[in-house]
Amino acid sequence: MAAPAKRVERLDRVVIRFAGDSGDGMQLTGDRFTSETAQLGNDISTLPNFPAEIRAPAGTLPGVSSFQVHFADYDILTPGDAPNVLVAMNPAALKANVADLPAGADIIVNTDEFTRRNLAKVGYAVSPLEDGSLDEFAIHPVALTSLTLGALAESGVSKKDGERAKNMFALGLLSWMYSRPFESTLRFLERKFAKRPDLVAANKTAFQAGWNYGETTEAFSVRYEIKPAKMPPGTYRNITGNQALALGLVASAVRSGLPVFLGAYPITPASDILHELSKHKRFGVTTMQAEDEIAAIGAALGAAYGGALGVTTTSGPGVALKGETISLAIALELPLVIVDVQRAGPSTGMPTKTEQADLNMALFGRHGEAPLAVIAPKSPSDCFHAALEAARIALTYRTPVILLSDNYVANGSEPWLLPSVSELPDLRVDFATAPNTDDGKFLPYLRDPETMARPWAVPGTPGLEHRIGGLEKADKTGDISYDPANHEFMVRTRQARIDAIPVPDVDVEDPSEAARVLVLGWGSTYGPIGAACRALRQRGLTIAQAHLRHLSPLPANLGEVLRAYDKVVVPEMNLGQLAAVIRSRYLVDAVPFNQISGLPFTAATLESMLEDVVKNG
Amino acid sequence: MAETVALKLTAKDFKSDQEVRWCPGCGDYSILAAMQRFMPELGIPREKIVFVSGIGCSSRFPYYMNTYGMHSIHGRAPAIATGLSASRPDLNVWVVTGDGDALSIGGNHLIHALRRNVNLKILLFNNRIYGLTKGQYSPTSEIGKITKSTPTGSADTPFNPLSLALGAEATFVARTIDSDAKHLQSVLRAAAEHEGSAFVEIYQNCNIFNDGAFDLIKDSTTRDAHLIRLEQGEPITVGNLNVVHPEGSFGLKVQEGGTPLIHDATVDDPAYAFALSRLSGSDLSTTPIGVFRSVKRPSYDEIVRKQVLDAKAQATGTPEEMLDGLLNAGDTWTIL
Ligand SMILES: Cc1ncc(C[n+]2csc(CCOP(=O)(O)OP(=O)(O)O)c2C)c(N)n1
Ligand code: SF4
Ligand SMILES: [Mg+2]
Repeated sequence: MAAPAKRVERLDRVVIRFAGDSGDGMQLTGDRFTSETAQLGNDISTLPNFPAEIRAPAGTLPGVSSFQVHFADYDILTPGDAPNVLVAMNPAALKANVADLPAGADIIVNTDEFTRRNLAKVGYAVSPLEDGSLDEFAIHPVALTSLTLGALAESGVSKKDGERAKNMFALGLLSWMYSRPFESTLRFLERKFAKRPDLVAANKTAFQAGWNYGETTEAFSVRYEIKPAKMPPGTYRNITGNQALALGLVASAVRSGLPVFLGAYPITPASDILHELSKHKRFGVTTMQAEDEIAAIGAALGAAYGGALGVTTTSGPGVALKGETISLAIALELPLVIVDVQRAGPSTGMPTKTEQADLNMALFGRHGEAPLAVIAPKSPSDCFHAALEAARIALTYRTPVILLSDNYVANGSEPWLLPSVSELPDLRVDFATAPNTDDGKFLPYLRDPETMARPWAVPGTPGLEHRIGGLEKADKTGDISYDPANHEFMVRTRQARIDAIPVPDVDVEDPSEAARVLVLGWGSTYGPIGAACRALRQRGLTIAQAHLRHLSPLPANLGEVLRAYDKVVVPEMNLGQLAAVIRSRYLVDAVPFNQISGLPFTAATLESMLEDVVKNG
Repeated sequence: MAETVALKLTAKDFKSDQEVRWCPGCGDYSILAAMQRFMPELGIPREKIVFVSGIGCSSRFPYYMNTYGMHSIHGRAPAIATGLSASRPDLNVWVVTGDGDALSIGGNHLIHALRRNVNLKILLFNNRIYGLTKGQYSPTSEIGKITKSTPTGSADTPFNPLSLALGAEATFVARTIDSDAKHLQSVLRAAAEHEGSAFVEIYQNCNIFNDGAFDLIKDSTTRDAHLIRLEQGEPITVGNLNVVHPEGSFGLKVQEGGTPLIHDATVDDPAYAFALSRLSGSDLSTTPIGVFRSVKRPSYDEIVRKQVLDAKAQATGTPEEMLDGLLNAGDTWTIL
């Protein structure tokens, strides 16, 4: 078929948001588009946004699910503030997302769903496609459902299955528009519907029909190209934070030579880590879906006592339940990794929305003086390295470690430069095998002078039989002790040994070396803060950025870094938890900047706030 | 057992160097002594034995055993022991718990450990009172119990721990008494031999806060009229009465004459052991002791371990090669 010649325009970056009903398969569509885009070598960052309800009533605003993908020919840090393109599968998807679009954005709408009934469901008296309210946008009306059904008329699949393939039609169209390679999607369809060859064929046909539609219809006159980004050489894959975290734990098993025991109770947005790890038994990973959060960490601690790398994964409500057992692990001085994929609280809050409001709980949320190590990943792929770092600290310093991920990094994705296995940290440990005193006794609380860790003497080791527990213990012997001086000593020692964990100095990024304002962040805000700083610098302003991976202990150079600037700004998705720590710890007048909307910061929000600080102090 | 001879352990070997701190006269002493006397029989080296407990007077137990041990937190011992046992099948793991520890704060973990059939020997020291916190009523105290926290009498119906365990799919359920060392040891032996969860309720006297709670079945003048000794293959009787299963009835009956039931702990249907467990309520009027139920079911540890071993057996390459393969799985691309 001779296609009309299309203009090809080159872009450096695009943000596309796929939005539809929860049942429309938008997450999958976005995922596939991302994968095709990765194949092309663009840099990518993605952000899914879906309701907590599995199937909210069809066609309603609460039922809208979306997936945003940002891709570019240079390295990018965020999924993008505002979409250039919105694919709206129904009126609800349009209504829920149109406010985020800048003027001039493209909107592809599935006109088949713009029925009077569907419009009424979301409060449109008149179709927005007809009343001029969308005049500032470029509207592309496409009868996605009927075109899909038309393409599948001969395929023999049911009408229902045919309709469900409309997301592949949309994907085909977008893949054509942005010149994406689609082989991986065809392969994916073969895998996904392996047991239903008719559905493989139908979905492939729908995809192809969407592609052809772009190529032949005059409604789409331009095709876009985005060149590959210049990224460090190597092999990449696209990965979400939860997947990366799970793989980091598997890598910890391999690099430590220890079995991993995961105790977990399902909770959004952490469950995917349990799902992923349960597939990797061949690495000696045991997963247990416990009866509750307390049992989950209890079992992990029991396994740690027996010499495994004990891990528990959860979200804020689960950490609250685990508090007493974390304190026990602190008293027992056993390694344990506690993963908190933070979500918006308090209480059930907004389970599928992001927040960083568990920092206080991680640092302080236990009875007694109960210090432990806390770290946070800064991006989806960084979750892999954060998991290894959590395991390293736990195993080396025999302490529980809380890893604070959040919904934004957990479900977001980005290209990940695959590490070489031999370059990952060596996590091998020495178990105690022999008495540790000259007179042949075993003292379970005699510390290694360098790490201040006590010996890990696992049951089964002859001659080292001993008892441990939550009662205060005497220094060295570990016997029960109520001695006042001993308690004071032990409390101070437990704090001192966490404070003494060596963590890398925090780096400051300030190409101008003349910045007077420092923006300090932690965890998942790295991307938006970094993008905002770049934008300011491109406009000739100076700003310094520092980002914390280690929140307990804090890097040794942090005080010095903070004091070197006139102003320190701390953006957080909470009411100022790190800022309060900084203020009390360093007597630095850190200025909190907070957003608690359940959504990540946009770079634009941070850019305008920081611009104001840089210009006006 | 050849190993037993080779090990030549005695009760003394199982005594730790810690000073025992229970109140003088506490039933816990006799349980500890019975356990230390029984342990050498196991033929297992001390380092392979672990006691995990919660919190309560009873839960101090691990400190007094010269084995590995963990005195953990209130109610959580079954959960902690589950992780230990599932990841270390070579160990012999015991849980020591109290009536408050196991049935109140830790009730959830207890029932789930039992339904999973984790390879744990769970000893519930039931003194029908909170000992360590100085005498509040417990989930096994009789209704109307007057204690510091219930000056006008407790309002809640107690649990029958054995009925509860049976309802939770326990494969081994037994009861014994602190003061009957011989019986206690025989029950410990049966529990130790059981693959999977073994649940043992031990009636234990708290002479400070609930003294004499079990006198009816301990005192030589009343015991015989109230105590039922369950013996495998033997008729079930109490005093000169028989335990019978009246036709058309769901439960058992204690009566004169009739044909006494012959005890068989291996009956697969838990209804039988449940009916036995219902013979005694708080009043102890006809109280069976011994092994109520002992049936075979694969343990959680075994199933979980097999899944891991099977997966390992199918894997090829070194762990590093496998990891490399895992990281590089899926859609990758290369930038030169
Ligand atoms: C989280 C928590 N809540 C409450 C307590 C206080 N406490 C300690 S032991 C106990 C009850 C113990 O009763 P039981 O389990 O019957 O043991 P006993 O002392 O009778 O052997 C309580 C309420 C605690 N240690 N931890
Ligand atoms: S309070 Fe009761 S249970 Fe506790 S040690 Fe004393 S006698 Fe034993
Ligand atoms: Mg008690």
